[in-house]
Amino acid sequence: MTENVPFETETKGCAEAGRRRFLTRISVILGSIGAALVAIPSGAFLLGLRKTPQVWRTVGKLGDFKLGSTVNVSFQDSSPLPWSGVTAQTAAWLRRTGDQQFVAFSMNCTHLGCPVRWLAEADLFMCPCHGGVFYADGRVASGPPPKPLNQYPVRVNNDQVQILTSPVPIT
Amino acid sequence: MRILKRMWEWFDDLTGVSALVAPLLMHPVPRARKSAWLYVLGSATFVAFVIQIVTGIALASGYVPSSGQAYDSLMFITGTSFGRIVRGIHAFGASAMIILIGLHAIRVYLMAAYKYPRQMNWLTGAGLLMLTLLMAFTGQLLRWDQTGFWSVVIAAEQGGRAPVIGNWLGHFILAGDTVGGATLSRFFAAHVFFIPALIFLLLGSHLYLVVHNGISEPPEAGRPVDPKTYRSWYHALLARDGQPFWPDAAWRDVVFGFLVIATVVGLAIAVGPPEIGKPPDPTIIQASPRPEWYFLWYYAVLSLIPKWSEDWVIILGPALFVSVLFLLPFVAGKGERSPIRRPWSFVIVAFIAFMIAYYGSVGHVAPWSPRMDAAPLPMQVVGAEHGPVADGARIFHDKGCEFCHTVSGYGGVRGPDLTYAGDTMNPAQMTTRIYSGATNMPSYNGNLTSDQLSALLAFLGSRHRQPVLPIPEVR
Repeated sequence: MTENVPFETETKGCAEAGRRRFLTRISVILGSIGAALVAIPSGAFLLGLRKTPQVWRTVGKLGDFKLGSTVNVSFQDSSPLPWSGVTAQTAAWLRRTGDQQFVAFSMNCTHLGCPVRWLAEADLFMCPCHGGVFYADGRVASGPPPKPLNQYPVRVNNDQVQILTSPVPIT
Repeated sequence: MRILKRMWEWFDDLTGVSALVAPLLMHPVPRARKSAWLYVLGSATFVAFVIQIVTGIALASGYVPSSGQAYDSLMFITGTSFGRIVRGIHAFGASAMIILIGLHAIRVYLMAAYKYPRQMNWLTGAGLLMLTLLMAFTGQLLRWDQTGFWSVVIAAEQGGRAPVIGNWLGHFILAGDTVGGATLSRFFAAHVFFIPALIFLLLGSHLYLVVHNGISEPPEAGRPVDPKTYRSWYHALLARDGQPFWPDAAWRDVVFGFLVIATVVGLAIAVGPPEIGKPPDPTIIQASPRPEWYFLWYYAVLSLIPKWSEDWVIILGPALFVSVLFLLPFVAGKGERSPIRRPWSFVIVAFIAFMIAYYGSVGHVAPWSPRMDAAPLPMQVVGAEHGPVADGARIFHDKGCEFCHTVSGYGGVRGPDLTYAGDTMNPAQMTTRIYSGATNMPSYNGNLTSDQLSALLAFLGSRHRQPVLPIPEVR
């Protein structure tokens, strides 16, 4: 290890001390700018969220769905990355409530996001995590969920039932 | 031999390695006597970390951190004979690291080694504890099966409870609007680069501080720490009664570290790696995500606290834990170190151990989770093959009652056990309960036909301690 050589900053006079202060300042400033030049684009890329457009996805023909029944449908996210594989899919519970009317529920329990299951015989949604229960229309029936199941916009377009892709609701 | 010695001398002259390392290895440490074996936990945590680095690098060479392919690449790794063992070592090594860092923190807390001048030792250690838990969370998620997938969603929802930034934080954890291609890459980068880099940084500081401040001597009742005199007293102690770290103290670290390695590798070979669940396909709806054992207690606590307190606990709980951990050495930076003079320390450690053990076991059973895979009640339990009782038993299953209520050992445990429902409730009381529901039970008003209700009542009414009617023989 090298020994620290004592520099006599005081005795060399004002000019020398001022020069050192200037050099220190220049180094700190340049170092900070250099660090920022690397950190800003890296941080911006890391923290930036990829916004995807919302698009209508067809989940079936009008005739595929029986009035009053709730079924599991799945559709592709609006612009999945090529390497997303199976995670590019989103599942939803679709209920036909009228001739042209549908309700599409998010799979995610409004408590902590676990996937709720439809109990067809019982006419209820039940969450496997903490036993949250929702009625067929999405209202909370019992358990910890703070609010009704979230819904996706859904429409009938030329005999096709379509769901609007939406961000996972953070409750 | 001579030539090797000459080569070493030449190398050492050019690099100064021995001048750098020898004082570190030979630095004097106090004799720990009876408690000497308690001083091995920190180095054992380090050993576990090294296990994780080595096996982690090996796994990373086969793992594809892509949302679409990670699952298959992990299947591939597990399919090779050594890949299977390495996965096992990495998983048991993670558990070992968590256990050891926890025990190390408890040892340091009980002996109050966080007091002057070692406050920074404690702070860096507390940071390492947090980072280890983060590694555990991000690591189990890289398994990228159903549990891994839903862990991300649940983490995002919990992050979403944070005030103001909640929505952003939730979507930041998802890395976008939904779980997709970007999600896994982000967690992979965190688990493999970002968090380990912070661990290296803090670990380096921690080890530097251990040497700089010296290993704490075993505490003694009636010998409080006085910041004014401690350092000179400590140096006098070392001069009087110190021993070189290597090998006088270090041999125990080596022996215990070896036992850690042998145990982890032995378990990995004998038990194998954790099972990989179904693929991370969000259209598979039969998912029941569960955390790993080290988070089970927290899962249980979150599940058992009253509903109104949830938002507070999810955010303030971890915040409080971190604050206490970080404030401790400053609030209690001097004074008595002996746990005998700090009886509360035993109470607190016992409380922590209880929380982890008791709520961990509760979380393992997860009584708040409905048993959605409960099969219809068998004939022996129902006691009838036809008629209203048999119909009622079928309705009891189909309407989801059985997912939460036990009958004769079958079904869930979320709601009351209904094995003897006929003894405790009359039909009118049952009807009221079924129709009105409860906090954790849906109302079945409008959900049951009158025939279904009477069959259900017949079935529940037939649940007696002493059978009223003779049960037909099972053929």
